[in-house]
Amino acid sequence: MVLSHRLGEWAGHAPVLEEELALANIALDLLGQARVLLSMVGDEDELAYLREERAFRNLQLVEQPNGDFAHTIARQLYFSAHQYLLYGELASGDGPFAPLAGKAVKETAYHRDHAEQWTLRLGDGTDESRARMQRAVDALWRHTGEMFQPVEGLDVDWPGLEAAWLERIGEVLRRATLTVPEGPRTGAWAAGAGRQGLHTESFGRMLAEMQHLHRSHPGATW
Amino acid sequence: MDTTHSSPRGADGAEPVLQQHFDATIARDQRIEPRDWMPEGYRKTLVRQIAQHAHSEIIGMQPEGEWITRAPSLRRKAILFAKVQDEAGHGLYLYSAAETLGADRADLTERLIEGRQKYSSIFNYPTLSFADVGVIGWFVDGAAICNQVPLCRSSYGPYARAMVRICKEESFHQRQGYELLMTMMRGTEAQREMVRDAVNRWWWPSLMMFGPPDDASPNSAQSMAWKIKRHSNDELRQRFVDMTVPQAEKLGVTLPDPELRWNEERGHHDFGTPDWDELMRVIKGDGPCNAQRMERRRTAHEEGAWVRAAASAHAAKQAARAEKGAVA
Repeated sequence: MVLSHRLGEWAGHAPVLEEELALANIALDLLGQARVLLSMVGDEDELAYLREERAFRNLQLVEQPNGDFAHTIARQLYFSAHQYLLYGELASGDGPFAPLAGKAVKETAYHRDHAEQWTLRLGDGTDESRARMQRAVDALWRHTGEMFQPVEGLDVDWPGLEAAWLERIGEVLRRATLTVPEGPRTGAWAAGAGRQGLHTESFGRMLAEMQHLHRSHPGATW
Repeated sequence: MDTTHSSPRGADGAEPVLQQHFDATIARDQRIEPRDWMPEGYRKTLVRQIAQHAHSEIIGMQPEGEWITRAPSLRRKAILFAKVQDEAGHGLYLYSAAETLGADRADLTERLIEGRQKYSSIFNYPTLSFADVGVIGWFVDGAAICNQVPLCRSSYGPYARAMVRICKEESFHQRQGYELLMTMMRGTEAQREMVRDAVNRWWWPSLMMFGPPDDASPNSAQSMAWKIKRHSNDELRQRFVDMTVPQAEKLGVTLPDPELRWNEERGHHDFGTPDWDELMRVIKGDGPCNAQRMERRRTAHEEGAWVRAAASAHAAKQAARAEKGAVA
């Protein structure tokens, strides 16, 4: 839901018309997935609009501001590769998320493809685009370790997922003539922080915008 | 007057056969296709109209896009995303239709950004509350449907076919907009007030979407003779009013026009006169949001330049590699 919101901020700002379509399309898929997940727990709007920042459990990665197009693509690359692997594993099991994961994995395959194609274009494009893409993958690297912190209730081979993710990302970045970042993959003070409700500063402002209208009219139906 | 692109042979009768064939095709209500001969004026008028139409879809993403990040429920947010996505898609269809006439999308975008080509006057008005999103669906998409349904029979094939696809999606958006307003009217007093305020602000600008009155619309006659347009501005405006009045009654809102009443004799509603001076000011660039809309479009285009350059450079490298591979 959070990433879908961030992608919504691109509406009318994308570098080409085709990307207006693609980003809205991905956002819509993600929002659809979020609505199913939230509805499994309670009322989707109550959960989306009435929780405070500390009650949100999203990854810090997805709340990161859009930055330039390379930043958005790097965020998509990291997240969609992770989502593809995670949903693939959940879909093959018989847990409560298997039906959602079965549908979502198809959508996510498209998201991953989109992000990988753009990583190649930007990395192996012009000098400027390579520099921007490298900056973006470097900047977001420290938020990627969080994706593999075990989540309670999810029976997943987390180390296996992480190894497969690292391999895939490494391969894409190399094909894009980029350097795989070497820095730490988690912040020093809070591995898995988003999952514990500890977020980065820009997240509060994002929620303020997202929740404002809903909160201004308590009890109203839209 | 630029005459270098005109087709003197067709125009001066040296190839009257082509002109006659064209006229006969139009007269039989058959379609002109990209490879067919057409008078230069017909081509130019179509490029202008289709490009303007495409630009309207693109600029039109902005007023509604304003509310994606503030949509008050996840369902409404999903609907808005889908709508803005559809608009980008409509823009693409229409640019493709314009390209069948020899226009170039990049060039049309430049013309828009430089203010040499226009877009619909309506998108120069601001969206100030969430009810505006519903009213845009109801009025603006409703007016677009009145305009566009007849264009499904436009004499130029690619344009007519684009309109068929677009109209289906537009009528879906219109119903969704109206449904949002229905929901809000059944809600709290604050929500109802939002709807009334939005209706008051958007009614007259929506009537202006049909363009100036017939006696001040110099291009209309030729466009109708060529069957590019099928109805005059005033006819379409009347049709929109007649369609919208009962919907307003059902919704429980009053349209802000004291002269609006049913005329038994004409079988139509009479209504007041839009402020044509305002329309002229908006078209000339002096509406509430003209500068902002253009600036936003220009910024997106300029800030995206490095991305487009990267995509071209990458494509060139790939092509070179493929060629090298083929030679080896």
